[in-house]
Amino acid sequence: MMNRVVITGMGIYSCLGKTLDEVRESLYHGKSGIIFDPERKEMGFRSALTAKLEEPDLKKLLSRSQRVYMPEQAKYAYCATVDALRNAGIDQDYLNTHDVGLLYGNDSSTVPNVKAVDTMREKKDTTLCGSGAIFQSMNSTVTMNLGCIFKLKGINLTVSGACASGSHAIGLGALLIQNGLQEMVVCGGAQEVNPWSVGSFDGISAFSIREDEPTKASRPFDRDRDGLVPGGGAATVIIESYESAVRRGAPILAEILSYGFSSNGDHISSPNVDGPAKSLEMAIRRAGIGVDEIGYINAHATSTHVGDTNEAKAIYRVIGDRRIPVTSTKSQTGHEMWMAGASEVIYSMLMMKNNFIAANLNFENPDEDSAKLYIPAQRLETSFDTFLSNSFGFGGTNSTLIVRNL
Amino acid sequence: MEKNELIAKINETLAEEFEVEVSDITPEANIKETLQLDSLSLVDMVALIESEFGVKIKGAEMVQVQTFQALYDFIAERV
Repeated sequence: MMNRVVITGMGIYSCLGKTLDEVRESLYHGKSGIIFDPERKEMGFRSALTAKLEEPDLKKLLSRSQRVYMPEQAKYAYCATVDALRNAGIDQDYLNTHDVGLLYGNDSSTVPNVKAVDTMREKKDTTLCGSGAIFQSMNSTVTMNLGCIFKLKGINLTVSGACASGSHAIGLGALLIQNGLQEMVVCGGAQEVNPWSVGSFDGISAFSIREDEPTKASRPFDRDRDGLVPGGGAATVIIESYESAVRRGAPILAEILSYGFSSNGDHISSPNVDGPAKSLEMAIRRAGIGVDEIGYINAHATSTHVGDTNEAKAIYRVIGDRRIPVTSTKSQTGHEMWMAGASEVIYSMLMMKNNFIAANLNFENPDEDSAKLYIPAQRLETSFDTFLSNSFGFGGTNSTLIVRNL
Repeated sequence: MEKNELIAKINETLAEEFEVEVSDITPEANIKETLQLDSLSLVDMVALIESEFGVKIKGAEMVQVQTFQALYDFIAERV
C-alpha cells in the first residue's frame, strides 16, 4: 500500500511577487514580469529581455557565515522555503526532531564560477577566491545551503534535470514518501537571474528579440512567437504523507496524485512529440484517473517554435478534442528554467484555490497545432479540482505532475 | 601610513567584513575568537588582508598571528 502524498506548504520568490498573495494577484491580473535590461545589450546579448527580480538582503536574517556560501538562487530558495515551512506550520523544533528530506532543482551556478576563474587568472592565487566560492559554485549549492541552515536530516540532494529540474524534484520527493522512505520532503526549484548565466543560451538564438515590447515577448502557443524570455527565482513546496499531515493537524492543500516521466532519447535541444506524450500518459495512468477528470493543464510551453508545437501535439494526442483549458504561465514569468517545474505547481495551486485560470498572455493567433487546444487568452473565472503540469528540458528530459485539490 | 592609522583601517576592515563592532577589537584579543572565525572564514580574513593591504599571510605564519597586536605588527612590517 503506497502512502498518499499531500502538499501542506508553499513559498515563492518570483518576478510576479515575493509572497503567495502578491503572486496570486499578479496571476489574476495578468501582470508580466518581463523587462528590457540595457546592461545585457552592452554585454553583447542578442536579446536583452529578462524577468526582473531583486536579490534579497538576508543580513538581518542569517549570519555572515551562513550567507557567505549562498549564491543568489540559494537566497531566493531560502526566502521561498521560510514561507513554505511557515505556511505548513513547521518550526525549527520539528525539523530538529524529524528526518525531513530536501530535494531541490538547480542546474547552474554561474557567477561564483566566473568570479573564481577571473580571480585565479588575474591574481594567480587561489586563496583570493575566498571561502564561499567552492560552495556557491557547485550545482548542489541550494541543497547544501538549505540543508545546513534548516538543519535537515533526511535525504539531501539536488536534482539537475535542465528545465524540468523543479518538477522532477517534486516527483522524486513524492515517490520517496509514497514508498515510506521519507515522511516529509522540502521540494522546489531555484534559478539564478543574471546575464552571465544565460549568455550562452542567448548565443544559440533561443530568446525572443521582441525587445520593443517586453511584456509581449513571451507568447506561448501564439503563431508569432519568436523565442523564450529567461526568468528565475525560487519556489518551495512542503510535501508529506497524508498520515503525517493529519497527525500534525497541518493545512492539507492538495494531493500529488502522480509523477510521470520519460526521456526523448533524441536531439539535445529539439523536443519531439513521443517523449512528452509518454510522460503525460504515464502520469495519467499512475494517477488512476480518466483524462476527463483533468480540469486544467499548465503547459511547459516556453514560447519557442518547435517546443510549443510539439507540446501542443503531445497534449492533443492525449486529451483529443476535450475542452480542457491549457495555458502557459511563462507568458507572464518568462521561462523560470530550473525553478519552473516547482513554481508552476504553485501558480496552478493558487489558481485552483482561488477559482480562476490566468490568461495565456499574448495568445493572439493560434498556429495549426495550438488551434486544436483550448487556450484561453483571457482569464477564466472557473473552478477545477485537478491539474496537470508539464516540464520538459534539454537532453529530452520530461516530467509531468498531476495534483488534486483537497 | 602611520601605524595608528593602519591599525584603525585594519580594525574597520575586519569589523565590517565579519560583522562585529570595532570596539570589540582590542590589541590583546584573540582574532579567531573575536571575529568568530572557523577554518573557512579564516581563509576570508587572509584574502581580505591580501586584497586590502597587499600582505599575504601564509598558513605557517598564521600560527604566530593569534592576537590583533600580532596582526598589526605582521602587516606593518610588510606593508
